[in-house]
Amino acid sequence: MIGQQIFNGLTLGMCYALLAVGYSLVFGILRLVNFSHGSIYAFGAHTALLLVSMNLGIVPAVLLSLVFTGLLGVLIDKTALEPLRKKNSIPIASLITTIGISNIIQNLLTVFFGSEKKAFPALFNFGVISIGNIQITWTQICICIVSLGLMLLLVLVVKKTKIGLAMRGCEQNPKAANLMGVNVNFVISFTFFLGGVSAAIAGALISGYYQIVYPNMGYMAGLKAFAAAVLGGIGSIPGALVGGLLVGVSESMAATFLGSTYRDCMAFVILIIVLIVRPNGLFGKKGITKV
Amino acid sequence: MNGKERKENKSQSVKKNFVYYIEYNVNLYKVPLAILCGVLLLVFPKIISDRYILTISVKIGIYIMLALGLNILVGYTGLVSLGHAGFVAIGAYTASLLATKLGFGFFLSILVGMVVAALAGLLLGLPTLRLSGTYLSIVTLGFGEIVKTIAMNWDSVTNGTLGVKNIPSPKLFGIKLTIANHGLYYLMLAMLLIVTVFCYLVYKSRTGRAFLAIKTDEMAGTMMGINVTYYKVLAFVLSAVISAVAGALYATLIGYIDPNTFTFDVSTLILSIVILGGMGTIRGMFVGALILISFPEVSRSLMDYRFVVYGLILILMMRFRPQGLLGWRSQIPYRLSKNVKKQLEIDANQYQESSSL
Repeated sequence: MIGQQIFNGLTLGMCYALLAVGYSLVFGILRLVNFSHGSIYAFGAHTALLLVSMNLGIVPAVLLSLVFTGLLGVLIDKTALEPLRKKNSIPIASLITTIGISNIIQNLLTVFFGSEKKAFPALFNFGVISIGNIQITWTQICICIVSLGLMLLLVLVVKKTKIGLAMRGCEQNPKAANLMGVNVNFVISFTFFLGGVSAAIAGALISGYYQIVYPNMGYMAGLKAFAAAVLGGIGSIPGALVGGLLVGVSESMAATFLGSTYRDCMAFVILIIVLIVRPNGLFGKKGITKV
Repeated sequence: MNGKERKENKSQSVKKNFVYYIEYNVNLYKVPLAILCGVLLLVFPKIISDRYILTISVKIGIYIMLALGLNILVGYTGLVSLGHAGFVAIGAYTASLLATKLGFGFFLSILVGMVVAALAGLLLGLPTLRLSGTYLSIVTLGFGEIVKTIAMNWDSVTNGTLGVKNIPSPKLFGIKLTIANHGLYYLMLAMLLIVTVFCYLVYKSRTGRAFLAIKTDEMAGTMMGINVTYYKVLAFVLSAVISAVAGALYATLIGYIDPNTFTFDVSTLILSIVILGGMGTIRGMFVGALILISFPEVSRSLMDYRFVVYGLILILMMRFRPQGLLGWRSQIPYRLSKNVKKQLEIDANQYQESSSL
């Protein structure tokens, strides 16, 4: 029973980690909490559903939805956030802007798709493996593999490629990076593209797992993933993974032992406890305050 | 100089200080404007006695109070809270549970609600002192969600997801204050007046300047001898108490609350009002609440698109006027220079007087 719950929690945690990476990437560079990330995730799931229903085949449909969602991320950055950066406005202005964007995306989804829950085709439906009395579906295994692979890919992009170097440069000091010939605006747009893609992957995987899509799906998942990102130390990819897993496992444990209604606040309870002990998250770097 | 002369001199200087105070703080053209607004607000229900419009206006008043409360945190002290719905829920639940289950009167239950919210503010304020910026926001967000979950799960007290029903209307001298006899409207007006005056006094006081100092530069504030811990927790407590009052009023207005009344959306709505109106101003809260609360009602004809438009308003606002409708871009130097100038002049006067002794 406990082993089963732990594995379910791990699967759930992988999904949160995928969403949390999107928050971490954007926060690392812009120091901005992107509250529209949950809606981008819902958008990704809905585009995937739309494209699947157009009989493209599941794999091309999901890949196309990744591109569309990534482009949505770029669009958000270009239309709403870049002008704010140019004007050097207060950080809270960007925060409110992302809340507004989230409102727009969510309600447009409701207008076009309807607010009811829609069925999503199952991905990777190859059956069940039993180890002892633990039942593991292939869907769960594939979710773990895909999200681990994606995390690895993202770490490689950030650590090994030239654009990753530029990203790290912008993270440390955008002005200095600009002086070194880095196109900061392009790097930020690229980050938003990556964030959108990872949100769409999470959208497709999670909707494939639960086989359900609806416009408000990003709301709670987004908040929890954000909590996971902060828990791990926002801005770090391994931190997002560990934070996501912690949140996922604790949630499925809470659902078993405390009753399913308590699961929604587990993420925040753990978060507050951890932040009191380690104010910068588990993997966070300690900020230096200059006077 | 003998004692009598000195006394006379002192009374003269008090007089002088008073004249200075009037000159620098009260703009006389504002007085008729304020009287006009007051009279308009008082006769409003006599002119338009439509039940629906009155309900909306009470709701607007409640959100003005909420925004004023959050303004102490965000506007004065610079601590961004994303979980204010938690305090609202605490106030609303405490007051309505006491009223329905134990038969407390409205005013007594509001008092208890204020105390409970103050304790919650203390509880949230203390651990969050170590945190700053985003980390603080996310902890307050978590606080809001936790309060919601507790309200949802503590069945024996809060009725769980069913919520609290049949919350009685407040009674004053044996008369039930409802929307129909305009009592609730005047109650809201009186409470709003108290909250507004309170916020104004806080802003003008030593405490308000300490808040401003923490917002501008926490470290410099510490160097100037401001007890940052004390003032940050104080900001949390004051904000929580005002939110609780508004929450209790909201519960009696609607007559029914459940955990889903107090979601993250409510927190962001209050924050949007504060920022749209202009952080740190009091007038701004009135304008912001008037726009954002009445907008969904006015724009019913837009159907499903109205929240899209709402989002667009937020974005365009931030794009073209990020300091808010009634905010100043460089508010702090403006305010301080005026105050400091006045203070310097008074000090110089006093110095001259004392040196001539």
